[in-house]
Amino acid sequence: MTASPRRVLAWSAPVLLGLIALPFVVPPYQTVLLSYGLVFAIAALGFNLLLGYTGLLSFGHSAYFGTGAYAVAFIVKYLKLESMEAFLLGGILASGAVAALFGLLCVRYTKIFFGILTLALSQVLWSLAFKFFWVTGGSDGLRVPTPTLLGGTVRAGGDKFEFLSHRYYFYVLAVFVICVAVMWVIVHSPFGKALQSIRDNETRAEFVGVQVWHYRWVAFLISGMFTGLAGALWVPLNGLTTPDILHWTFSGRMVFFTVLGGFQTFFGPIVGAVIYNYLETYAVGNTVYWQMVLGIVLVVLVLALPAGVVGTLRRLGLRPVKVT
Amino acid sequence: MDTLVVHVLNALLYASVMFLIAGGLSLIYGVMRIVNLAHGNLYAFGAYVTAWAVGRALGGATEASLWMYALLPVGALAAAALGAVLEPTLLRPLYRRAEEYQLLITFGLLLILEDVMRFLWGPYPLQASALYEGLGSLRFGESIYPTYNLVVIVVGAAAAAALWAFVYRTQFGVVLRATSQNMRMAQALGVNVNRVYVQAFTLGCFMAGLGGSVIVPQQGAVLGMGVDALILAFVVVVIGGLGSLEGALIGALMVGVVREAGITFFPEIELAVLYLMAAVVLLIRPAGILGRA
Repeated sequence: MTASPRRVLAWSAPVLLGLIALPFVVPPYQTVLLSYGLVFAIAALGFNLLLGYTGLLSFGHSAYFGTGAYAVAFIVKYLKLESMEAFLLGGILASGAVAALFGLLCVRYTKIFFGILTLALSQVLWSLAFKFFWVTGGSDGLRVPTPTLLGGTVRAGGDKFEFLSHRYYFYVLAVFVICVAVMWVIVHSPFGKALQSIRDNETRAEFVGVQVWHYRWVAFLISGMFTGLAGALWVPLNGLTTPDILHWTFSGRMVFFTVLGGFQTFFGPIVGAVIYNYLETYAVGNTVYWQMVLGIVLVVLVLALPAGVVGTLRRLGLRPVKVT
Repeated sequence: MDTLVVHVLNALLYASVMFLIAGGLSLIYGVMRIVNLAHGNLYAFGAYVTAWAVGRALGGATEASLWMYALLPVGALAAAALGAVLEPTLLRPLYRRAEEYQLLITFGLLLILEDVMRFLWGPYPLQASALYEGLGSLRFGESIYPTYNLVVIVVGAAAAAALWAFVYRTQFGVVLRATSQNMRMAQALGVNVNRVYVQAFTLGCFMAGLGGSVIVPQQGAVLGMGVDALILAFVVVVIGGLGSLEGALIGALMVGVVREAGITFFPEIELAVLYLMAAVVLLIRPAGILGRA
């Protein structure tokens, strides 16, 4: 997957400018909604390092998203901090620690065993969060107040919604752009190439000297940290963290939006996450049978558009980015 | 001593239902190499259909007549019929595709079935407890035990025996095992693999539906029961070995004993212990206790 940086910049710069201008044009509700989409996009970026680039389908990424979110809640509860930077650092470190441990166990396997093992481990965390209610609040979850940004220089002020739709949106956008840039560098580095060689042919990769086990573990770790970062960014938006985000069905959603966008492309999962977020929000808002709507979309997608939205656009010749 | 008997019976009760669900999941994986994430929802579907049928038969009465116990298999048959429709329409186009897509389509199916049940029977739980209460209870010295639970245990044991006889003592069982061991070779020898797949999937769904049917008088049918059951069934098949029926039986017994012990002695970490058991087995023997890699 190589693409000339110049073409990518030529295409992504207008998009970025549009995203920056957005809060001045659309109603606040829309920017908050898009913030959720961008947060999920960060999780999808991390998730796709495993699925799209290393060829490992995790059904337990809720563990890292949830760890990031609960790390923030614990920082508020026990350390009494309100700084967003502390939240992000805590979220990355905690999810990194969990991913390092789980990764050690999981990367020895591939295919379905990898999927089931990641799922079982994430369910361990879910059941702990669910049952140890004196620590985690059980199914009520833990509340998280609005944080202060940039070392306490930007504060929430009186109107929480105004804060979320404006200052926090820009904060999420900035973190998102940094994440995309970092992930872009990672997948185009020799390390990223090695991961792709493992995905395409494990035996040959080993033959030319790639330490398959080690590379998979590092990919797992990075993937978990990105997803944990997304979890930490998500909590202030939601104001509350509950065991739902640790449940395996949340992992299923991550798989869903990555495939929706197209996991064989770099930008696919980002597009998929944003689209999925709109899809789910409007389905939930308009019908009690929103799960059926999502299920039908997923079934049609798998049967008719396996390359996802971005992959299909590419095949139709509409090439936003040349990624071959 | 009496309480020990009750604990053992409770463990067997869990094991019976878990075997019915996990046995079906394992059978489907063994033959078709598909992990059906919607399997738990077929179990829930069986539970709902039976509860609905019993409710209609009762028609407002609170006492169950003896003939109503004949309604128990209705849910199992409905789940089997659903399976017989789903396999050719949704799963068959995907056998040549990557594993990821098979998992995803069954995940989509899970979401759809969840809402189909909400649509058909509403958001409130359905009960069939008249059947449960109708049988009264037994006395073991100091403790009493519901007779219906014994029925569930007997059904579980009978299903295990029937399935064993079916797979190892019939012509169809031979074809099933041959397809499971080497699908291409079986096909080359004239086996209609498509038909075997439909039959295996239907049989697996029948077992899940039977699990739901027999347990619904005791527990009732609620939304979300399928998703929870699926994960426990995963634990069972991972412990026993994906694709192995004997393994599913051993796994179900282990999970039954640990759950009963967990509820009594360590309720906070009962579920975590179960998932950890699965993880530990995967680490030591990835193919499970009786599985083949």
